[in-house]
Amino acid sequence: MSDTAFDVQTRIGQPWKKPPFVRRSWLRWTLILGFIVYLIAAYLTVEVNWSRVYEGLERGKKFILAFTSPDFTSRSGDIWEGMVESIVMTVAASVVGIAISIPIALGAARNVAPLPIYLICRGIIAVSRALQEIIVAILLVAIFGFGPLAGFLTLSFATIGFLSKLLAEDIESMDRVQAEAIKASGARWTQWINYGVQPQVMPRLIGLSIYRLDINFRESAILGLVGAGGIGATLNTAFDRYEYDTAAAILLIIIGIVMALEYLSGVVRARVQ
Amino acid sequence: MLRLEKLVKTYKTGDQALQAVDLEIPEGQVLALIGPSGAGKSTLIRCINRLVEPTSGKVHLGNVELTGLSTGGLRRERRRMGMIFQEYALVERLTVMENVLSGRLGYVGFWRSFLRRFPQSDVDEAFRLLDRVGLAHMADKRADELSGGQRQRVGICRALIQNPALLLVDEPTASLDPKTSRQIMRLICELCKERGLAAIINIHDVALAQMFVQRVVGLQLGAIKFDGPPEGLTPEVLTSIYGEEDWEATIEDVDEDEEIEVAL
Repeated sequence: MSDTAFDVQTRIGQPWKKPPFVRRSWLRWTLILGFIVYLIAAYLTVEVNWSRVYEGLERGKKFILAFTSPDFTSRSGDIWEGMVESIVMTVAASVVGIAISIPIALGAARNVAPLPIYLICRGIIAVSRALQEIIVAILLVAIFGFGPLAGFLTLSFATIGFLSKLLAEDIESMDRVQAEAIKASGARWTQWINYGVQPQVMPRLIGLSIYRLDINFRESAILGLVGAGGIGATLNTAFDRYEYDTAAAILLIIIGIVMALEYLSGVVRARVQ
Repeated sequence: MLRLEKLVKTYKTGDQALQAVDLEIPEGQVLALIGPSGAGKSTLIRCINRLVEPTSGKVHLGNVELTGLSTGGLRRERRRMGMIFQEYALVERLTVMENVLSGRLGYVGFWRSFLRRFPQSDVDEAFRLLDRVGLAHMADKRADELSGGQRQRVGICRALIQNPALLLVDEPTASLDPKTSRQIMRLICELCKERGLAAIINIHDVALAQMFVQRVVGLQLGAIKFDGPPEGLTPEVLTSIYGEEDWEATIEDVDEDEEIEVAL
């Protein structure tokens, strides 16, 4: 009954193995051995100054011990101010970033947008993703001066690259037939998006938005180090003054807030499925 | 009512899905389109409402020629063509009511539809249709909570609320069990009769097609091989459409089915 010439007798009694990913065995082994050799060589080039490590251990210990006695009080005013600034920055940047991301995501989904718009939107995403937050922040601090405005703009910009890309991918993998059915009713483009596409990608959009809020808050702590405002600035000052107990207090608060956001995102995502 | 003239569809891959198909359907006629997988049945009905763009040829709906229409014109004409899908194609995260009302999108403006404030007459009609198919109590359920047969009935309501002149039906029973398949086919045909709608029903279940329609068109490799009443589907005809096979069982099956039909 077989359609092609295949002598099954030659295969009976022989063990069967899954065909390897790289078929030529010499090439396969060259790749594997080459990678192992490179890895060993790479590790050997990393220099470790063991006496410096020994000295540093003492400082590290002091830093970690500070977590046992975090000082929330002596700089409470600064901490509070920095925290409020960070939260304002995070929320404002997330809202603006998400609002801009949605149209860009639509434009960057090949099954929704025509080719020229697709290329433009993919270009915007590529630029946003290529420029790391810190680099953007340094540039924006240079333009707008120290303070939360630079941080807000940096985070908005970074949100666009992240959210548009992932949302566009979700739009591209949506069920085409559901959207087609809406189109067949004579809906206009905006209605088609609203009825055929939006319901399919909404859970993902909400999940990603909360995740990005979480990332933006953590980033806001880093951005302070380059002068873009927020709790990071307070943290930086604490480190500069070797006030490890205050720094520990700030880090504990950041950890607490990130965990709370994590929990919140879990709850929300479970509800919107 | 609907007239296809030398309709050709060649896909980018070079596959010729339709080869100069000519077909005319009078007002109120229900037609079954049969043929093997890949014969171009889906392509044919999608070329009519231009979900797939035909390569050449003409489609006349009433006295409007569809292939030359602009986007706006096409949207207006799509309102007159209700479509029912294989696998239902309901928007799963919307409620049953939203799915039915989405059939009115061609008639209401964006903001009305965005805010879900449809005209009262549309809402009333949606409830009437849902009641007609026995699902009025499910209006606020989400579409993915429904069973296959229920979903297809919602799909039928969505097509009918457009107030169409023509129904394009793509494998309505492909994912349903035999009993539900018959109920759905019967429902579609009854509704067509009640409203005087013409319909093209793609279906690969020959026996089911013979049971319900007045006219059968057989498609093979994008060309019409048979066009006639269901009784005309002899073993020779089926062989010309599907290839060599023992067709007696299929045809006998039909006779039995018809007896059951009468008994019901």
